[in-house]
Amino acid sequence: MRPFKYTRASDAAVAAGAVAANPNAKFLAGGTNILDLMKEDVERPNELVDVNRLKLSEIKEARGGVSIGALAKNSDTANHPLIRRNYPLLTQAIVAGASGQLRNMATNGGNLMQRTRCQYFYDTAMPCNKREPGTGCGALEGLNRIHAIFGWSDKCVATYPGDMANALYALDAVVRVRGSNGKERTIPVNDFHRLPGDTPEKDNNLAHGELITAIELPKSNFAKNSYYLKVRDRASYAFALVAVAAALELDGGNVRQARVVLGGVAHKPWRSAEAEAALAGRPASEESFRRAAEAALAGAKPLAHNAYKVELGKRAVVRALMRAARLV
Amino acid sequence: MPRYIGKEMSRVDGVAKVTGRAKYAAEFRAPNLAYGFIVLGSVAKGTIKSIDTSEAERAPGVVRVFTHLNTPKLGPKANTEYAPPRNAREQDKSFRALQSDRIYFNAQPVALVVAESYEQARYAARLVKATYDAEKHTTDTEAVRESARSPSQGPPPKPRGNPEEALKTAAVKVEAEYRIAMEHHNPMEPHAAVAAWDGDRLTIFDKSQEVYSVRRHLATTFGVPEANVTVVSPYVGGAFGSSLRPNYYPALTAMAARELKRPVKVVYTRTQMFTGHGHRPYTIQKIALGAERSGKLTSMIHTAVHNTSTFEEFSDNTTGFTRQVYACPNLFAPTLIAPVDLPTPTWMRAPGAVSGMFALECAMDELAYKLNIDPLELRLINYAERDPESGRPFSSKALRECYRLGAEKFGWKERRMEPRSMRDGRLLVGWGTATGVWGAFQSPASAKITYRADGTAHVTSATSDIGPGTYTVMTMIAAEYLGNRPEQVKFELGDTNFPRAPAQGGSQTTSSVGSAVHGAALAVAARLLALANQDESSPLKGAAPADVEMLDGRLRLKRDPSKSVQIPEVMRRNNLAEVTETFESRPSEERRKYATMAHGAQFVEVKVDPDLGRVRVTRAIEVTACGKIINPKASHSQEIGGVVWGIGMALTEATEIDHRFGRIMNPNLQHYHVPVNADVHEIETIFVEEDDTVVNPLGVKGMGELGMVGIPAAIANAVFHATGRRVRELPITPDKLL
Repeated sequence: MRPFKYTRASDAAVAAGAVAANPNAKFLAGGTNILDLMKEDVERPNELVDVNRLKLSEIKEARGGVSIGALAKNSDTANHPLIRRNYPLLTQAIVAGASGQLRNMATNGGNLMQRTRCQYFYDTAMPCNKREPGTGCGALEGLNRIHAIFGWSDKCVATYPGDMANALYALDAVVRVRGSNGKERTIPVNDFHRLPGDTPEKDNNLAHGELITAIELPKSNFAKNSYYLKVRDRASYAFALVAVAAALELDGGNVRQARVVLGGVAHKPWRSAEAEAALAGRPASEESFRRAAEAALAGAKPLAHNAYKVELGKRAVVRALMRAARLV
Repeated sequence: MPRYIGKEMSRVDGVAKVTGRAKYAAEFRAPNLAYGFIVLGSVAKGTIKSIDTSEAERAPGVVRVFTHLNTPKLGPKANTEYAPPRNAREQDKSFRALQSDRIYFNAQPVALVVAESYEQARYAARLVKATYDAEKHTTDTEAVRESARSPSQGPPPKPRGNPEEALKTAAVKVEAEYRIAMEHHNPMEPHAAVAAWDGDRLTIFDKSQEVYSVRRHLATTFGVPEANVTVVSPYVGGAFGSSLRPNYYPALTAMAARELKRPVKVVYTRTQMFTGHGHRPYTIQKIALGAERSGKLTSMIHTAVHNTSTFEEFSDNTTGFTRQVYACPNLFAPTLIAPVDLPTPTWMRAPGAVSGMFALECAMDELAYKLNIDPLELRLINYAERDPESGRPFSSKALRECYRLGAEKFGWKERRMEPRSMRDGRLLVGWGTATGVWGAFQSPASAKITYRADGTAHVTSATSDIGPGTYTVMTMIAAEYLGNRPEQVKFELGDTNFPRAPAQGGSQTTSSVGSAVHGAALAVAARLLALANQDESSPLKGAAPADVEMLDGRLRLKRDPSKSVQIPEVMRRNNLAEVTETFESRPSEERRKYATMAHGAQFVEVKVDPDLGRVRVTRAIEVTACGKIINPKASHSQEIGGVVWGIGMALTEATEIDHRFGRIMNPNLQHYHVPVNADVHEIETIFVEEDDTVVNPLGVKGMGELGMVGIPAAIANAVFHATGRRVRELPITPDKLL
């Protein structure tokens, strides 16, 4: 990989200051994605600021919900009693991703920051606007079986690859961020990632030098009825073709409120307001779920090789809701 | 009673492997070692217009940057004085890197950066800037299928009987087309070489399945006598055919070492492996089967087309075994090749056989459904009692017993014929079967044994152990016939200083090298007998070598073990501390009177989630008849691995090319999906042993490839049975089942 400066920050102010001062600097947490990308010459930071020593790995009750430290490991988060008990959807989503070894290294903040798995993004000999703005999108008219069916632009058809975030979107999480000026702000997770538009090089709405410190989960009534479904090309250790994070709050046989988030279909986790609206106040039945699935996929715009994701998406939504409602 | 042969034995190299003591090619060190990193090109066809290495050369630690502009010409033309090709096989047309500005395939090596450290070389490799005059390329086999032709080597395919006519008049017909994605071997160990010259003598540590072929290739490449080249390859972390031919990196590494006058190491990255060796070709197969209502086949027409490169011919003889599986009087089964702008394909586990049998065995399943005959029954109806191609008898063929035993163990008679008729809750259950077949090959091979007075032995042969357990099985054979214990035998391989052995390919190592070790052990015994009988009072007087055997330090008469001599005493009398014999085994004349093949029957259960298109192979029973089993423990592992490979081919593996760029787009393990543990469920492997006195003195046949041959077809047939959907294109990913 290219030579880079490595520093280990002992507090957040120093870390944020160091990154803010250098437009080519990046934070280093678990390193499970960025180091691979640096070896492939896809990421080319000239400075890495290691934040692993910062005290940001606590998982604790807060404001009726839970606050998860940005540096808590994926494994520790998935296995934490507070998460398992109150947010089983998050546990399911995390363990659906990667492998045990990777989850032991990967942090929650880093997981939100992981980059697309588009093949064209990974191959520096190929055009990719996300990696190198202005070179074009290789996948738009190339191999796009694993690409987006929602929200893509002519500039980029890549998908956000993660699982954890799909659950966070369903759980209305809030991302707590520390600016380089020391000021904190919060970003509703739904506003964290972006659609590609004309600037696919930007995956999310963080400013340079902003550091994720925590992910906050509000009190949730979904613990009883939620399910994370992931469909992939092999049984484990593969990115989702389509994933669904489904959560229901039931009132007897009726849905009081629902969350439906699709993964693997867009540049960000794709929360379907249409599906959720179609479910609210309706009976928790296969028929309602089918209507919701139709609503969720109604606006899909498939590419040459991924039309299957529309049908698969519908079926996955139905299945995930059926499992969430414990009807199968 | 054999003491070791046929009994389970743990790998003699197991401890070395799990403790890290086993040294793989990239782990060898040499003083003053420099590190090379390969730079790959980015167009599929054309010429290099310019290549700017100045920035790379200025980077820290860089020793030299090799391109086609400053790399000496290598190969037969460079110097034929020392190594003229002796026959066609030695006309080594294999691709050599950096020999001209021509680009034959995308991700072709265009430079080698050599530096003081690997990291420095890899970094500087990013700084090499090449531009190209690209030409119109073709990488899509579909686009050139009409121009496919017979390989020029070997006779053109001849029909048997009159297949076209027989098809026309057949009562029942199946005609279908099948496709197999290009695949890559993806062994765990990346290919690597460490090369060091001493004057015009070269020592190279390489990952290889045949050290002698690498030696010949390098001698030809550098115009030095073969005797000047030593190739060492003691351990191989999987190869599956990807190291059968010398790949381009050993010559590239040795070239750099020679030019720089210091040792050089080059290791492929995973991505470089995808164009750094061959692949299983993309294969299109058209099959037409004609049958009587009874199920009896009357015509088989099986045509395969697969890609080769523009600079070399390769054929995996996809349809070869079609000629020998079923009794059918009318048949035509050509394999055609079509050049495209990709690297040359190569042999990949069960080459040709697994591809051809996927199509044939799926077509047989389709025929069974047209006839409404149980698929297993259809195979029995067409059982070949003799080789249908040559008319010769089989030296042994226990396939019928494989079918019977497999069906019984699997519970096949509980199968309901109609698709979608079996369920497990929401999941559709499908049961499929297929036949496996492979040749019982044997090639000339040599082994050397030094037997010492203390009962220990040193056994060598330049074979390879890519994982099947060759170290162990040769140790067992030597101990069996030297009458000592496996702990007293040290077997070494993978070194051109050892006697010549064939490539570890084609599942022929135990039959070839095992026969050589067996022969060498018998030669030691014969020598000891001659020495013993120099003594007038020898109790073995008059005995022929075939009458005696070695056991626990004694040479004794087989029919009367009380007549024996103490071997150490015989040696002492003759002033010998050790006895050394080298033996070359060759396939017998007797073999020619027979067809020599190995067979198997596969039974597979899949469970399919009909909504999500997910397929799980929940149960696989594989019954194989491959002669005598020397080490059941390693043999079962081989067959289990074969099933896993079959699962990968059937469900997950595909090399994807963006034909606009002619470039492989998934050259890594995140995008190229080999099966993971979660994809593998219950696998049972059973051997039906055959007592075959013809194939070779040990009665063994190959099994390493056989184990996967029928699996993809059995899985596809099970998927049809589960879903009613006939997927004729591998791999069967979820999108194909929606």
